[in-house]
Amino acid sequence: MRYAMAIDTKKCVGCSDCVVACQTENNVPIGYCRDWVVEVMAGTYPELEIELRSERCNHCANAPCVRCCPTGASHFEEGGIVTVTPNKCIGCGACIESCPYDARYSHPEGYVDKCTFCLHRLTEGKLPSCVAVCPTKCMYSGDLDDPNSIVSKALKNRKYKVLAPEAGTQPQIFYLT
Amino acid sequence: MTNRREFIKISALGAGGVAIGLGALQWTKGSSLLSNMSGVGCKNIGGLNRFPTYCEVCFWKCAGWVYTDEDGKISKVVGNDIDPHCNGRLCPRGTGGVGMYNDEDRLKTPLIREKSGDGQTFRKAGWDEALTLIAANMKQISEKYGPESMVLFNHGSPGHHLGNLLKAYGSSNIVAPSYAQCRGPREVAFTATFGSAIGSPEPTDIRDTRCLVLIGSHIGENMHNNQVQEMSDAIDKGVTIITVDPRFSTAASKSKFWLPIKPATDLALLLAWVHVIINEELYDKAYIEKYATGFAELKKHVETKTPEWAYGITTIAPHVIRKTAREMGNASPAVIVHPGRHVTWYGDDTQRLRAVAILNALLGSWGRRGGFYFYESLSVPEYPIPEFPTPRWSWKEAMNGKYPMAALSVSNALIEASLPNKDNPYQVKGWLVAGTNLPLTMPEKENTLKAIQALDFLAVVDTMPMEITGYADVVLPECTYLERYDDLRAEPHREPSLALRMPAAEPMYDSKPAWWIAKQLAEKLGLSNYFPWKDFQEVLAWQLQKFGTSLDEMQKVGVRIYPRTKGPLYIDETSEHVFGTASGKIELYSNEMAANGFDGFPVYTAHPEPPEGFYRLIYGRAPMHTFSRTANNPNLVDLMKENSVWVNPKVADIHGLKKDQYIWLENQDGVISTFPVKVRVTERIRWDSVYMVHGFGHHDKNLKRAYGRGANDSELITNVMIDPVMGGTGMRGNFVKFIISDPGKENV
Repeated sequence: MRYAMAIDTKKCVGCSDCVVACQTENNVPIGYCRDWVVEVMAGTYPELEIELRSERCNHCANAPCVRCCPTGASHFEEGGIVTVTPNKCIGCGACIESCPYDARYSHPEGYVDKCTFCLHRLTEGKLPSCVAVCPTKCMYSGDLDDPNSIVSKALKNRKYKVLAPEAGTQPQIFYLT
Repeated sequence: MTNRREFIKISALGAGGVAIGLGALQWTKGSSLLSNMSGVGCKNIGGLNRFPTYCEVCFWKCAGWVYTDEDGKISKVVGNDIDPHCNGRLCPRGTGGVGMYNDEDRLKTPLIREKSGDGQTFRKAGWDEALTLIAANMKQISEKYGPESMVLFNHGSPGHHLGNLLKAYGSSNIVAPSYAQCRGPREVAFTATFGSAIGSPEPTDIRDTRCLVLIGSHIGENMHNNQVQEMSDAIDKGVTIITVDPRFSTAASKSKFWLPIKPATDLALLLAWVHVIINEELYDKAYIEKYATGFAELKKHVETKTPEWAYGITTIAPHVIRKTAREMGNASPAVIVHPGRHVTWYGDDTQRLRAVAILNALLGSWGRRGGFYFYESLSVPEYPIPEFPTPRWSWKEAMNGKYPMAALSVSNALIEASLPNKDNPYQVKGWLVAGTNLPLTMPEKENTLKAIQALDFLAVVDTMPMEITGYADVVLPECTYLERYDDLRAEPHREPSLALRMPAAEPMYDSKPAWWIAKQLAEKLGLSNYFPWKDFQEVLAWQLQKFGTSLDEMQKVGVRIYPRTKGPLYIDETSEHVFGTASGKIELYSNEMAANGFDGFPVYTAHPEPPEGFYRLIYGRAPMHTFSRTANNPNLVDLMKENSVWVNPKVADIHGLKKDQYIWLENQDGVISTFPVKVRVTERIRWDSVYMVHGFGHHDKNLKRAYGRGANDSELITNVMIDPVMGGTGMRGNFVKFIISDPGKENV
């Protein structure tokens, strides 16, 4: 079992629905977010290209945040999902510093918070809220170990990339390009 | 100058404000919304209850489920899987709709304008007092001038409830800016051509199209939900998208062809496309022969409208015009030249949309798979009430023979009729405004404010202290769509459907639903026989049993889909199809336009260009906001808190503008934006234009998150080019220059 996501940059319109759906699903306080949208533009008028992509914790297989956590609050769940146990977290922020994706934030209640792939929904057989809400259906979530999962199929048929591969973190979010 | 109606910031409540009276008009314990639900409509899911709704953050009306937590507080809204408007996926505004409910800046109590020293202020009032005052003023207007002098400006769901009140009172002057400030021209143009209007949601068969042409329409930045979804599905299937826009829009970035057109020249491009499609015989010959009239005349009309002719006007190279025309021809009839939605640009908009309609006709796309389908809706019966009185005059007379093809009332004409004019027999003296923020919605803000000053009475119903509320004599706080019953949604789609909106929580503060407000006002006006029901559930129950269902069932399912009964989705090629025009055919040459004194074929006319040092002001939408109404929504402000002015790097260089610098904009008439706006230096905009998202630059201080954030494009739109065909307000003929140092307008 290896939870992963594939996100199709050719379909994403950058509307940020994933951001607000995550906020209302996970009670993320106003002013904070677990996912966000990036727009990268290249070229000069009128020869232009834009890549739009929804970003979040990459649930790295080689996660520096888990390695550096002094209390074990940051840990792997089944399927490789990286989560934080709030009452074990002392809010030292080492994980925030170690993350090459800037995917973690200090929750106002004193612990570090981040994307959980909506683990609570996955266990009920539902999709993460960002995937479920996306009006362009540009996000796919599933089990990378299952060759028939929607994620595995998407990666088989398309070119893709990961973010900051040089960090060696083995990220599990794949961007279809 | 002293204003009769000075702008009052809602926060500036009078010191002598009375405590809110909990009078007879308060909800009685027995009519508690939640106790009435008795758990029937809600399903307990993991400690959460869910209630059906359809969204009110924009006009797409997606159906969804509202979830409440253990404390009964609304926690999230998600789409209803079986709803064809959203297919279970709300857009960011719908998902963030919960912010409308939680917004602590909401209107909380009725407010009444009163004198305070030298100035004016609002004081809090009870509902009975506020409603009595509105009824007294309506009576007075009726006695003095006739009930026709009262106008309802509205947008969205409150309109029908208050509209019935106005009709019962004796006025049919009910108007929504969504016509003359938005989609009116395309409705007139398509009706003239095909005999049917486009309507909402647009019947574009994007999911099956092979070629989608967007002209100034930016799907993906507008979140017209199922269109966005279908465009994405079409991308998966390899659709060719052709986008015409001076701005590299999100849709442009998904397109095979982006035509970075010189603004205001779209009609030249359209005529050149028609020329190529006719002369290269790319059109659907059988379809044109069978269904259309005026082809030979059209061919002659566009004879000289070559791509080379259009090149000099549009800056689009001839080979690109030919290539894109061939793409359309190859995909025919599965091609959509999208009619757009906000199309009031240059005052010849009906004619431009006629060219769009003609292009679709040539490509055989109307009534064809992958083009435009024939939608169907259910007709929801009105609860039995007496016949409305016949008004002595209506908005039609008030327009004085202007705009002969306007099918719906023209907001700007009714504002015009509100300006003092002794010779006007159709003088408007009172406004009821619900759900539309006229000072930010209407161009020529000064005109709107002048009209407001001349009114005898102005009452506003809204959920938020918008700019219009500051000018009201009485303000009534409406509860949000998440806290009320409303009319059934029966908008057309591929299959007809019904959707229910019910409250998921008691109205917060002292806010009330519009149906209740309308009924109470009717009682005070002696018109209660027009509202012969106890509450709105009674109306819904009566209507739903006509459709073989019940309130109980709808509370469980939210949406019901019904089979089509009025014919197939596309033209039945085996039978003789009759179009809704007078001739029964597609009218390439519009006899109706000609009979009304307009060109029967669209004719390109040049529009003024920006003077030196000025740039054309183009405005549009962001996916996370709707008009000016969401600018204070805490969840949506979190996604986008202000607009920025997009400036091409070459232009920024000339004027020394830096990224993220705050500047002011001054238009051709010397109007300067009240608030500064952030510069976004980007290649995504042409060098002759600037762009901003509409709906920002609020000046009501009690909108704590929205006040002073960004610039208000509406205040810079002082040059309005009126469409003589239907009264639309063309708003893209305004030019701005950059002001670097603070003009000091903010505290004036």
